[in-house]
Amino acid sequence: MAKFLFRRLFTMIATALCLTFIVFYLTNLPPNLEKIAKSEAGSRISDAEVESWLQKNGYAQPLLGRYGEWLGVLPGWTATADDGKVTGRCIPKGSDPAAAPRFCGVLQGNWGWSNVFKEPVSQIIATRLSLTGWLMLSVMALMVPVALLIGVLAGMREGSKLDRTLSTFSIATTATPEYVSGVLFITIFASSMTGLKWFKGSATSAMDDITFENFFLPVLTIALYGIGYIARMTRASMTEVMTAQYIRTALLKGVSFRQVVMRHALRNALIAPFTVIMLQFPWLLNGVVIVETLFNYKGFGWTLVQAAGNNDIDLLLGCSVVAVAVVLITQLISDVGYAWLNPRIRLS
Amino acid sequence: MDALGFTQILVTMIGRFWPVWIALALTFALSITYKRRLGLYGRLFDSPIGMTGFALVMFWVFTALFANIVATHDPLAQISGMKNALPGSPLKNPVEGIYAHYLLGGDNLARDVFSRMVVGARSVLTIAPAATAFAFMAGITLGLPAGYFGGRLDTGLSFVANLVLAFPVILMFYLLVTPEIRETGPLLLGWRASIPNVMAAILFAFPILFLCILWNARFFTTPARRNLYVGVTLVLGLWIYAGLAFRADPFGLWIMEPNLLNVFVSVVFVNAPTVFRIVRGITMDLKSRDYVAAAQTRGEGPWYIMLWEVLPNARGPLIVDFCLRIGYTTILLGTLGFFGLGVSPESPDWGSTINAGRKLLSIFPVPALVPAIALMSLVLGLNLLADGLREESLKD
Repeated sequence: MAKFLFRRLFTMIATALCLTFIVFYLTNLPPNLEKIAKSEAGSRISDAEVESWLQKNGYAQPLLGRYGEWLGVLPGWTATADDGKVTGRCIPKGSDPAAAPRFCGVLQGNWGWSNVFKEPVSQIIATRLSLTGWLMLSVMALMVPVALLIGVLAGMREGSKLDRTLSTFSIATTATPEYVSGVLFITIFASSMTGLKWFKGSATSAMDDITFENFFLPVLTIALYGIGYIARMTRASMTEVMTAQYIRTALLKGVSFRQVVMRHALRNALIAPFTVIMLQFPWLLNGVVIVETLFNYKGFGWTLVQAAGNNDIDLLLGCSVVAVAVVLITQLISDVGYAWLNPRIRLS
Repeated sequence: MDALGFTQILVTMIGRFWPVWIALALTFALSITYKRRLGLYGRLFDSPIGMTGFALVMFWVFTALFANIVATHDPLAQISGMKNALPGSPLKNPVEGIYAHYLLGGDNLARDVFSRMVVGARSVLTIAPAATAFAFMAGITLGLPAGYFGGRLDTGLSFVANLVLAFPVILMFYLLVTPEIRETGPLLLGWRASIPNVMAAILFAFPILFLCILWNARFFTTPARRNLYVGVTLVLGLWIYAGLAFRADPFGLWIMEPNLLNVFVSVVFVNAPTVFRIVRGITMDLKSRDYVAAAQTRGEGPWYIMLWEVLPNARGPLIVDFCLRIGYTTILLGTLGFFGLGVSPESPDWGSTINAGRKLLSIFPVPALVPAIALMSLVLGLNLLADGLREESLKD
């Protein structure tokens, strides 16, 4: 187990490094840097001025070196202007250059400065992530029980009418991406066309005060896409368990069907969906970005879109670190959790 | 001229789709008559779910084919006075030769929603299956040796595949599908080695590679036949390859807009690792079978075993996944359109139309609703078709 964990951790760190480097490379393409120089120093500056601005602000070094600085494993750049003033990556404006630390990167907790929001990246990500946290939590609270219930009910008696109905429903939900179901829900429940207006078509007010009225539609939209997938996995796992010998034995011994399902089948049937649920987190991230944009809920996904659309390099890098961390950690939990839940793997 | 009522709109719309109904009826009549001779495809008509799915998919395929007959207006034409018109509105100034109603109303630029939906089917149904096919070619060509040989090759390829899979899809699209990325990179003989172009050059080479290895593995004992097959593949393949990846088709027949190429390559790139993992998994399972051992004893080469022994036996799950994946690719393309990435805003494809319509969603929902339902029904059809195929292929 220790060796397995060690190998997993090693692969995880290598993956995280590769991915952040790719994002770093793609956000730091020359045209993007040129755009930054123009937005910071004036849009009509000449190519030579762009060049010198990049030189002065530490963008002209080799890419790998700058990645090391951003990560915090290489000392930050410093430059001395003509008037003897020292500027540098680790020296905030107006502070003493001598007192500045040599290293300042993500590892030291310095996530950089957002050009669009004019705030430190760590602060933006913390506030936005907490908003998205509520969304995710509500989605999980709705999605997991509903999906497991549908899956177990459908898989209990394979081929029954209930199974056919629920399976078709699951297929239908997996065929409805968030931007389609979101549009449908807003049209049905929040527009003047049907006149229902039960819910609000925008979740902006939910950022301060979450109510059922302004929060249910976004949560339902994200949850629906995941429900079908988890339910189908649960159904597959449940049908497999229901054909197992020990279930047949229990039924033949005269245990009631309800008892067999609740006491004997359920536990074993829920091992496989656990992995699927954990691996749904990266998918939720996708849904979150779409739904937050559609419902104008200014959480993490909305921030990611803003950062990417405005080429806010530090913020985009911060967002991708979080996104990559979420994906990798959930993968690890799902692997470890699967091994821990399944006695056949745990004991070997 | 009066506005049309709800029933009238419905009846007129069903009427507009007449070529589609005829084609559908013909397909079903022929398929059901000869279903015993058509293998897996024929058995699809034994399962109601599969048949429903097939009907939905074929409805959109025929709509895409006959889009010019079905559509009532030019999808890009703006007619004055029709901005955000309600479904069934008559044209303000009817002109001879132009259809007199906007069947599903107008969008915020006074274009006909119905025609845009119909023509949009064409762009969706050309890109999604093609991108999926390319992803399959790349996934199969790399997944077979990874699963069959294992070892270092497998470790390396799996690491790269997991890397791509761990990347949040939307973030990747935002980084890959930008105008800036198309302008970066050294110029080589007039061809810019930007990331999308390089990726296109690599990904588009897989089908040629795959076919050449396929022919060579089977016919290398009869060089005349081998040379013929490989030669034809190379001539046709390199012609198309030069046009698509390098924009250097001498006849100008195969060409792709740079932004479309960018979108296409990104979608292939996102899908290929999943196909790779599936193929690798199946190969690892199948390589311990007796027929593989028999072929090894006969002294067949590894590529022959992979392509002519393992691959045909893996076709069931792969066909099912192909259907599912076209649906998934359609969703991905819609996502790109939804964020306004890559495709031009004029484009009638469903994702961009939803994006354009969502700003006025709570007042004029129809322009966004129509493409949304169209996309949903197509993906639903593909999923049902995949489910039917899976059920029927398991009956063997």
